Amino acid sequence: MTPVLQVEDLKKHYPVKSGFLRRTTGTVFAVDGVSFSIAPGETLGLVGESGCGKSTVARTVMRLVEPTSGRIVVEGTDIAGLSKAALRPFRREMQMVFQDPFSSLNPRMSAGDIVREPLLVHNVASGREADERVAALFAQVGLRPGQMGNFPHQFSGGQRQRISIARALALNPRLIVADEPVSALDVSIQAQVINLLMDLQRDQGLAYLFIAHDLAVVEHISHKVAVMYLGRIVEYADKTSLYRRPQHPYTEALLSAVPVPDPKLKRRKRLLEGDVPSPMRPPPGCAFHTRCPYAEARCKVEAPVLRELAPGHVAACHLR
Amino acid sequence: MPRSIRASGWGHSMAETYGRELRRAGADANSPVRRLVLLLRRYPLGAAGAFILTVFVLAAIFADAITWLDPLRTNAPEKLMVPGGKHWFGSDVMGRDIYSRIVFGARISLAVSLGATTLGSVLGVAVGLASGYLGGTFDLCVQRVMDVLQALPLLVLALVTSAALGPSLTNTVIAIAIPMIPASARVIRSNTLALREAAFIEAAQVQGMSEWRIAIRHILPNTVAPLIVLATAQLGSAILTEASLSFLGLGIPEPAPSWGRMLSESAAEYMRTAPWLVIFPGAAISLMVFGTNLLGDALRDILDPRQRG
Amino acid sequence: MIADPILEVAGLRTVFFTAAGLVRAVEDVSFTLRRGEVLAVVGESGCGKSITALSLMRLVPSPPGRIVAGSVKLEGRDLLAISEAEMRAVRGNLMSMIFQEPMTSLNPVLTVGEQIAETVRLHRDVSKADAWARAVEMLRRVRIPEPAQRAKEYPHQLSGGMRQRAMIAIALACDPKVLIADEPTTALDVTIQAQILDLMLQLQQESGTSVLLITHDLGVVAETAQRVVVMYAGRKIEEASVEDLFARPMHPYTHGLMRSIPHLAAMSGAVAERLQEIPGMVPALSNLPGGCAFAARCGHADAACAAGVPPLEERRPDHYVACWHAGTLV
Repeated sequence: MTPVLQVEDLKKHYPVKSGFLRRTTGTVFAVDGVSFSIAPGETLGLVGESGCGKSTVARTVMRLVEPTSGRIVVEGTDIAGLSKAALRPFRREMQMVFQDPFSSLNPRMSAGDIVREPLLVHNVASGREADERVAALFAQVGLRPGQMGNFPHQFSGGQRQRISIARALALNPRLIVADEPVSALDVSIQAQVINLLMDLQRDQGLAYLFIAHDLAVVEHISHKVAVMYLGRIVEYADKTSLYRRPQHPYTEALLSAVPVPDPKLKRRKRLLEGDVPSPMRPPPGCAFHTRCPYAEARCKVEAPVLRELAPGHVAACHLR
Repeated sequence: MPRSIRASGWGHSMAETYGRELRRAGADANSPVRRLVLLLRRYPLGAAGAFILTVFVLAAIFADAITWLDPLRTNAPEKLMVPGGKHWFGSDVMGRDIYSRIVFGARISLAVSLGATTLGSVLGVAVGLASGYLGGTFDLCVQRVMDVLQALPLLVLALVTSAALGPSLTNTVIAIAIPMIPASARVIRSNTLALREAAFIEAAQVQGMSEWRIAIRHILPNTVAPLIVLATAQLGSAILTEASLSFLGLGIPEPAPSWGRMLSESAAEYMRTAPWLVIFPGAAISLMVFGTNLLGDALRDILDPRQRG
Repeated sequence: MIADPILEVAGLRTVFFTAAGLVRAVEDVSFTLRRGEVLAVVGESGCGKSITALSLMRLVPSPPGRIVAGSVKLEGRDLLAISEAEMRAVRGNLMSMIFQEPMTSLNPVLTVGEQIAETVRLHRDVSKADAWARAVEMLRRVRIPEPAQRAKEYPHQLSGGMRQRAMIAIALACDPKVLIADEPTTALDVTIQAQILDLMLQLQQESGTSVLLITHDLGVVAETAQRVVVMYAGRKIEEASVEDLFARPMHPYTHGLMRSIPHLAAMSGAVAERLQEIPGMVPALSNLPGGCAFAARCGHADAACAAGVPPLEERRPDHYVACWHAGTLV
């Protein structure tokens, strides 16, 4: 089946300018050669710590920031270099849900208008027809159509995220890029939104690029998972394989660091030393060698490439 | 608790961490009447300001109904009458009724200040929105022009413009409006810059919306609150500037009753002999400016709590 | 053997006077922190856990807030009854606090070392040099490499994890009896969170400080605390040892919360097909329903729940719960 999204060797480098003349004095390698594809109806989870570039991947894929190089293939077309006007029809194919339910809705527009707007912008529907469509979308995401006239501040965080999802659904996209969609929500509300996203996938065959730092949430919702570290994917596999048999030492450490809500489980944690290095000066060789408990001499000089270690399970580590 | 925490981070993190809890609590009291009552109780000075301004506005609108003497008609036999009887506020050297002139003066004062503030704000919004949204060289050039405009005091700039254009109602409005552009342009520009980063603007871009639509539909409405705050503050200075220009003879030409001109005509000669010629226009100017300032402070607290000083 | 209590909170009640009316942020909360233990207070935003922590430190912003009832006894002395000057001698000395956001809690214009030394000199009669030496020592104790160098750096020069370590160093500089940690790792990445929690537990065992840990993360609770207090809508609704609480949660809210979070299947062995939702949302504190505040979201609610606030009762040894149906639901 043709993937809904195929990303090839995507790079996003930000020049760092400093001094009076704003000369370029360095480069932030926010995303540095990322490739993946998402099949229809499938969820790819993208995990990693802050600064690893996972949100930049999302924003680059959505063309909110311009990629430095690489291909973003949607419906057989590389959208990486398209003009704004040429991009518009592809906007209907992929939509986005943001992290912060408080800043992602225009506070001066009613919830109904927010969900209606994409229909108007793309001339999909207007007037009565649009009203009916908006009401249907409200019902679909678990809001009462009677709430269409309310403004964002009258909704709770979870409800606002539902509005955000309804807005993303309005154009019937095939892919939704969800950037930390539940991390700003209360624990008891997260389950509501996760279940909603999974129900929508089941009913409409939506595909998700699901970006999160919570490994348990990613495991729950994803089919495949990619782990990012300093702008690169270090491991990529189907969910079960990655969580049961992590190959990369970083994945191993991430999983070990997650606090598990079960006091009977006294695990020995594999604590990582130190902090994530700056993406302005990624370490030579394997970027993870500064924190890796197994690092050897060659890790410091030679950058590992992604290798298939088991069917469909790739990792970038010399030692596996 | 080290001083550092109390001094710097504390108040800030307090607002961030616990504000939401309280905001959630406050989000429920939403009947408009109840909110108005709450506002009046919470901001009694603002309510007083609003009351003062309302009185002036009503006086300006119904000037014909609440006066009985023509503010322009001279009446030599009744010159320099002491306040009381037929002339509540007395009469001037040409026998014109001060009360009528004050009431009709409110019309001029409000027309000029509202006109100038509106014109200044509209131009400022256009400049600020374009500057903030387009950015780049355009922004740089516009900002330097604004710097130059702001380097001159409001009155001086208004004086020069007014002198260049010549005295008339329209020219006074223009002369006061131009120096006001930079302030609103700045506010709108900085808001636009902040809003550009907001997630709902990105959401709009993701939907494939044009830049123009984003600017008008999403950015502009969100700059209204700070703009209202600023405009109210500018209203006060517009009133004062109009009075000053007229006082200097560059504002509203004779015979229209302008409070500033009423002052200038009488200040030097009659201060001792007929102080009511000075007191009433002076009080009217002060009261109106006082009212706008009270209202402005309250509006700033209500609409834009971040700027609270 | 049960250690003797160090901090006893009884009948604490903190309210906020807001435009929307009276907000009962903390309503009749009592608990005891024992010597050398980690007690977790867990709940969602708006449940009153942070305001409880601030009330203990007497740092509730006033106005609009006010502590209207209760007692907070630190080694028998009621902190709510002493003067502000006496309280200042308690804060940062006998009882200190670390916050969620290490960037805003550190003063950006003072070096980290100066901020630690300042706390020390505030409470101890020591020379500047000694206070500085103590600052460097504290940075070493929180495992910051090259502490003498780092002491001269400003907060913005440190990473998020380092800043939180510096905050802990400030909080522990005077060897407090009680450390209140308000969501200390929420703003941190998972690998850094693991480091900080590990550090806090090590320091706690070294120094014997009692820790009150405020958090929303049940995983953090399970891995660090000995006992747990669960709060909902300003009230304590359940208290138990951590093992008992996770094995047999008795309040429907606690139970629902545990079922609603996804568990790492690699750890628990099972993949949940669908998360159990707690319907509805947390009620606004200014507008609480009569009776049990959770009733509107509870599958077991009946007329009794709407009628009255359930009392906190000991349903099993050392396991307290406030639910009318705790006897029938297990």
